[in-house]
Order: sequence, then structure tokens, then C-alpha cells
Amino acid sequence: MKEGTGVPQERNEQGYTTGRPQGGGSTATAQGAGHHEHQIELSWWRRYVFSTDHKVIGIQYMMTSLFVALFGFGLMVVMRWQLSFPGKPVPVIGPLLTAVFGANMAPGGVMTPNLYNSFGAIHGTMMIFMAIVPALFAGFGNFVVPLQLGAPDMAFPRLNMASFWSFFAGVVIMLGSFLVPGGAAKSGWTSYVPLADVADTGMGFEPILNGQTLWLIGMAFNITGSLLGSINIIATIIQLRAPGLQWMRLPVFVWSELVTAFLLLLAFPPLESAAILQLMDRLFGTSFFSPDGLVIGGRHWPVSGGGSALLWQHLFWFLGHPEVYVQILPTMGIVGEVFANNTRKPLWSYKIFVYSLLAIGFLSMVVWAHHMYMTGMGQSISTFFQIFTTVISIPSVLLGTVLLLSLWGGSIRLSTPMLFALAWLPMFGIGGLTGLPLGWTASDMVLHDTYYVIGHFHYMMAPASIMGLFAGIYYWFPKATGRMLNEFWGKVHFWMTIIFFNGVFFPMLVQGFAGVHRRWYDGGAGWQMAQPVLWLNQVMSVSAWILAVGQIPFIINFFWSIWRGRKVDSDNPWRANTLEWATPTPPGHGNFLHPVTVYRGPYEYSVPGAPRDYLPQWEGEESRVAEAKLTTV
Amino acid sequence: MELEIPYTVTARPDTGSYNAKIGIWLFLASEVMLFGGLFSAYIFLRMGATHWPHHLLNVPIGLFNTFVLITSSITMVMAWTALKMRQFQSYRRWLAATLVCGVVFLGIKSMEYKDKFHHYGVILNNGQEITGHLEMTPAEALKSPTLRILPDAEDAGSFGYQLQSIFRRPATGEEKVLEIPKSDIQWWSNFTPRYSTYLATYFTMTGLHGLHILGGLLVLGFFWGPGAKLYRTNPEHLANRVEVAGLFWHFVDLVWIFLFPTLYLL
Repeated sequence: MKEGTGVPQERNEQGYTTGRPQGGGSTATAQGAGHHEHQIELSWWRRYVFSTDHKVIGIQYMMTSLFVALFGFGLMVVMRWQLSFPGKPVPVIGPLLTAVFGANMAPGGVMTPNLYNSFGAIHGTMMIFMAIVPALFAGFGNFVVPLQLGAPDMAFPRLNMASFWSFFAGVVIMLGSFLVPGGAAKSGWTSYVPLADVADTGMGFEPILNGQTLWLIGMAFNITGSLLGSINIIATIIQLRAPGLQWMRLPVFVWSELVTAFLLLLAFPPLESAAILQLMDRLFGTSFFSPDGLVIGGRHWPVSGGGSALLWQHLFWFLGHPEVYVQILPTMGIVGEVFANNTRKPLWSYKIFVYSLLAIGFLSMVVWAHHMYMTGMGQSISTFFQIFTTVISIPSVLLGTVLLLSLWGGSIRLSTPMLFALAWLPMFGIGGLTGLPLGWTASDMVLHDTYYVIGHFHYMMAPASIMGLFAGIYYWFPKATGRMLNEFWGKVHFWMTIIFFNGVFFPMLVQGFAGVHRRWYDGGAGWQMAQPVLWLNQVMSVSAWILAVGQIPFIINFFWSIWRGRKVDSDNPWRANTLEWATPTPPGHGNFLHPVTVYRGPYEYSVPGAPRDYLPQWEGEESRVAEAKLTTV
Repeated sequence: MELEIPYTVTARPDTGSYNAKIGIWLFLASEVMLFGGLFSAYIFLRMGATHWPHHLLNVPIGLFNTFVLITSSITMVMAWTALKMRQFQSYRRWLAATLVCGVVFLGIKSMEYKDKFHHYGVILNNGQEITGHLEMTPAEALKSPTLRILPDAEDAGSFGYQLQSIFRRPATGEEKVLEIPKSDIQWWSNFTPRYSTYLATYFTMTGLHGLHILGGLLVLGFFWGPGAKLYRTNPEHLANRVEVAGLFWHFVDLVWIFLFPTLYLL
């Protein structure tokens, strides 16, 4: 701390706050220096809870969404019991289910259809909107993006705090909805109408404090948080790039966050308007989504009619499809970072990577109705969406190809983040290729609403996204904590995860071909046609349970390493080039000790004639020699 | 001391904007999508509708409100200009004028809402729709076996009639009052959102727009009152804030420019 040394705090022409003369020491790898000079002591609450520091907010996002992910996975672990052993009391936690959800929902520890539906709906909703997206987009986005840009914080720090707390309120509401009379929402993560319009109404339900209405309210909070967050990320990327950090020098992770933020910004509001319309339907009795002559339970539903169920699907999938790319694009960025760093060579083609990201971002806005081929919306519309769905596979394959070819001729370090990143490729491949038959109307007619669909999209959202998530956690953990995660237990975690992920999801593709429907509560036991593939239910369930056990090494490793892990040997333990490694470890408020200037692109690894196999972006020609002595161990 | 973020006041040279201006444009883009979703829903529902009511709303009032909002946009720009020229008193006056316009708009809007809640529609068993005003209290109407209703005049949808009706209630001809037994009625209600898809659209879209006006008024009110203190320390920062709030205000006006023809005229 250099407070009181009398150095005047001046703002240079770029507006950066500097407490010392510029130049001379623009290579910031000083170790251990924790805080920006003019940092004053904030209260504990302001520092760790209501913080405006992007790194703290990033970690808050990450921890909250990892908790939600664990919870959502826990719901599925219970559901897998019902699918394998339908109607039998859930072992071990059965009494707990009865105690928490009541004898109506889980009599004697048996899952009722209502509880099963609640678990399914909340599993989908929370995993997608409150676990994967906040972890990848907001968690890494907040922590890493300003660092990679050379910025002191996000463009709007207080707005950043507001978006986290808005998201957090959404999580609390969604979790709390289990405790209201009648339980949480039961209409699936898509909340299809008119089912969702009439669900959780009438006898035994509160007018507002019921599952489906709370689902809408929770989503509204979550959407608001996402919107504010994406505005912040985009504004930060546009405005706070360090001097010399031109667009084509941005790390691919920043690009992926930029495209993702635009998708969230433009695709989420229509879902918000859809949620408003459904709230109107539920609270004020309008008929936006109720068609003429709607009969529920033999009774004419008392509304004016004139609405359209298809309208909800259009509005929902206008978000829902870009949402898929919101989940996968940040992992592409993470995998790109980890690949370049661990192959010690540049990405095979940075430009193709970036342009493919942009192309995917654009095309993902015009493919939404491929979820709706079976609604009878018309052949010409189906054809339109079939064409664009097929077209979007081109940039996706290009991205995969760039990453695959980046491995060619590299001296690959099989560190834990690299293992996860490597495993991302085949998972992304399976997820993408199994999507093609669903994108074509003819084959979709057979596969629609079967377990094949579940298998396909989980390959994208679970194995692929989560491989990227873990790659990012293992890669950036040292920057956040100053300590490394244990490599051995990291590898145990990796093998447990990759093997049993496939054990869960590959059989779904097989079952789907056999015609097993995705919404059967008994896992197909009551259907003659499903009998030959019924044994796969046990395979999947056992895999899911072992997968759960396989996360224990990670959880222990994570918390143990925060306090007891091996300390990093320098500020740049992975010998990486991007700007986040130019900060002290862990970075203090304000991040950089000196204003950074960027001299080159992000992936100049193994440049012939260079003193080392990496050339950090922040090193000028004149400082390189001195720097080499400082950081090469 | 808060951490200083670059370009909060001055523009970044290569983008030509300060941070908040980028932020508000992004926010407005998302707002375009929000209202865009609602307008799409409107088009979708109207295309599928068998019947779509016309001239339910009072066009002269809507037109007047449109002028009120456009005026407020002009005074908003004047407020910002005054601030840029460092004429603080003038800034406060123009901003106050903007606030007054916003309040007038909301006041007229709530009168229109109230008017709708006192307007009734009856759908007979044969599908015929009769609209008009109850000649009894709503409480009586709930109990009574017949509805006494004064139907709207033939030319109730014309501009001249609507203009007149703002200032005086049409003369009640007792002979025109209809007595309809409830056994002939399929459905009757006042004009609330649940009455028809059209009214549901009307209340939802104008309601959301009204909330935006209200939010804008709160922000502008802050910059008129406590927020204006910033003028003493950093007038350029205040001017930026007012500019950003003004952009939002113009956007809300623009939404109304689309809402008015969509709901009142088409």
C-alpha cells in the first residue's frame, strides 16, 4: 500500500487512473502485491457480499450457479430412481422427500406424478437459466473478461451488482416455489400453454404464491439480471479495451462472450414479453394463449378465447434456441483459450474462429421454429427453418475444425484443464451431429419428443457445456485464488465425469430410436414397445449416481485447494499470453498495478526466434528480455 | 473513494461515446425486442382472429396524448441543451415542463382506463355483441335477472362524436335503454383485459408503456431534484446523465407513436 506517499493521482488522456508516472514499468508481473494503491478499506459486507468488484461478483455468480447445478443434478438423481424402479419408495432420501414435500407429493417416499413433473420442470429451468448460463456467461464473463481486456472493472460496477442480486432473487424464488401449496411448477422448462395457463390454479392453490406463477416471477428476475449483465459485458468490451487491444487482438473467450451477450440481449426480451402475457392470462384472466372453446377437465374454461398456443411457442423458442448457443459459445471460447495455451501454438485460424462465432450468433436467431415442426405451423415455414438449421451447422463445424486442427503438431500438455477441453470436442461433436436428424422435418417426425431429443440436447448442454465449465474452473482457479487445484484428483474427477456422462446420455439416443417417449413417468415400463430397451434405464441411473459420486473429488479438491493447494509459482503459472495473467495473484480491486498496453495478438506461442515459447500481449519489444529473466523459472 | 472507471464522463476517442451512452443504446435495443415481442404477438393474434373490434377507444384523447408526449420530447431536448450551455435555471424549467407533460399523459391515460372500466359489453346467445353503459349500478347488475343497458350511439366511433363525448355525456334517451334477460346472455362484462383479446392487448401494451413512463418520470424527477446537485461538482457528468435519461424518454415516446395508430386507428 502506497497511500500517503504523496504521489498525485492523475488521469492520463485515456482516462485511466494512475498513481505513478507512466512508462518504464509497463510489465506487471509483480507478485503478491494485493491491492490498488488508492484502495480504502471497505466493510466486510461491501467487500464480499454487496461488492461492486467484478471479480467478487464473478465468484458469487460461479458459486451460486455451481450450487444450483448441484441441486438440479440432485433432482435428476432422484428422478432416475423413479425411471428405473417406478413406483418403489426412493431409498435413503425417501423419508426426506415425504418430510419436505408432504404426504400428498411423496407418500411413503414414492414419487408421485406431480412431484416428478415438478422435479423435471425445475431441473430443466434451473440447470439452463440458473446454473449453466450464469456460470459460463456471467461467472467467467465477470471474472475473466475485464482482466483479459486490461480494464480496472466492468463499465458499470453498480449495475453489475444489481444484475447478480436480481439473478439471486430469481434463484431464491424458484427454489422457494417448492414450498408453496401444490409445489413447484409442473409444466416443463418450456411452460407450454394452455397447460401452463391453467396449471396450479383453482382449489388448493394460492392466486400468486403458486408454482407456475412463481416460475414466471422468478424468470422475470432472472431475465432482468441477464439483460443488465449482457449490457454490461458488451459495453465493457467496446469501451474498456486497453490501449493497443484492437478487435482482432481480442482473446477468443472475449469474442465468445460478446456474441453470447448480444444473443441474451436480443433474445431474452421476447421471453419476458411472453412471461408478461402468461402472467396476464394467469392473474387477470386474459386469453393470450387460450384458444376458443378451451375445455379443461370437462369444463368450459371461463375465458373469452381468441388466443393461440402456438404464439407462446414462437415467443418461447425465439429465446429458447439462441439460449442453446448462449450455453455452448462461452465454452468454445474457454476451450480455445485452453487449447492455445496447452498446445503451445496459435489457434489454427483465429479469423475463421471469430467469424464463425459471429455467423453462429446471427444464424441462431433464425432457427427457433425447428422445435415446432410437429405443431402444424405449415410446410413453407418448416422448410425455411430447416434450411437455416442446416446452414448453422456450417460455422459450428468450422469452429470444431479450427479447434481440432489446432491440436495438429502441438506439444500438448495434458494438464487437467486441457483434458476437459479435449473431451469437449467429441462431446460437442456428438451433440451437434445428433442434432441434424432433428433439424430435418422428415426424420424429426419420427424422433420428436423421444429420448433421442433428450440425449441430443443434453450432449450439448451437459457433457459439452460442463466439460467447458470444468476446463475454465481448472484453468482460472489459480488466478482467482493464487493456488493450483490438485492435478491427481483433477484427473480422477475428469475420468469419472467423462465416462459416466456418456453412460447417462448415450443410452438415451438408443432408447429414443426405440420410441421411448420423453415424458413417460414410469420410464416406459407400462409400454410393450419399450420393453427391449428397458434395461438401459438401470444403466443410465447407475451412471448418474456414480457421476454424482464422481463430483465429490472435485468438491473436496475445490475447497481444499482454496486454502491448502500448491501456491502458484508466478502470476502466470500456465505461461499464457492473455492479459489476465499480467495482474497480481489474486488481483486486487482495480486489477492492474500499472496501465497495460497491448502489443500483439493473444496466441503468439512458439514464435521462432523468441526467447521463450510464449510472448505475452502486454510485453513490448524493449521489455521482453528483462521480462524473460523475471518469469522464466 | 470509488474506483474510477475510464470514459464515464469523457468519450473514448475511437468509439466516440462515453460508457453510459453505449449502455443505454444496448438497453434500448433490448427494449425494442421487448415491445417487438408484444407487437408480434398483436399481429399474430389479430391475423388469427375472426373478429377484431374497431373504434372502441377515443381517438381525440389519444391524439391529444400523442401531442403531449411529442411536446415532452422537445422540452427534454431543450433541458439537455440548456445544461450543455451551462444554463442551470433554464435546465430546471425545461425538465419541469417535461415532467408535467409526463404526468399529464399518465393522468389522461388513467381517465381512459377508468372510462373503459365503466363501459360494458354483452354477448348474446346468438353471438351478437352489444356495447354500452349500464343504467344500473354494477352491484345491482350482478343480482338482477335482467341487464338495463344504454347501447352506444350508431356514430359512437366517429371522430366528432368522440370529441363531443369528452366534454358532455350524451343525452340519455330513456326509450333507448335495453332490458336484456340474463338467460339470453352468453357473456357480459365491463371492458377489462379479460373481455376480449383486443382489450387484453390494449391494456397489456399501454400498461407496460405506462410503467415505462412512470420509470422515466422517477429518473427525470431525480435529476430535477436531488440528482441536480451533481451540477456543482461535475456539470458535464450531469449533462451526460440527462442525455442518457433523455434517450430513454424519446424511446418511450417512440413506442407510443407506434402504439397509438396500432390500437386506436387500425
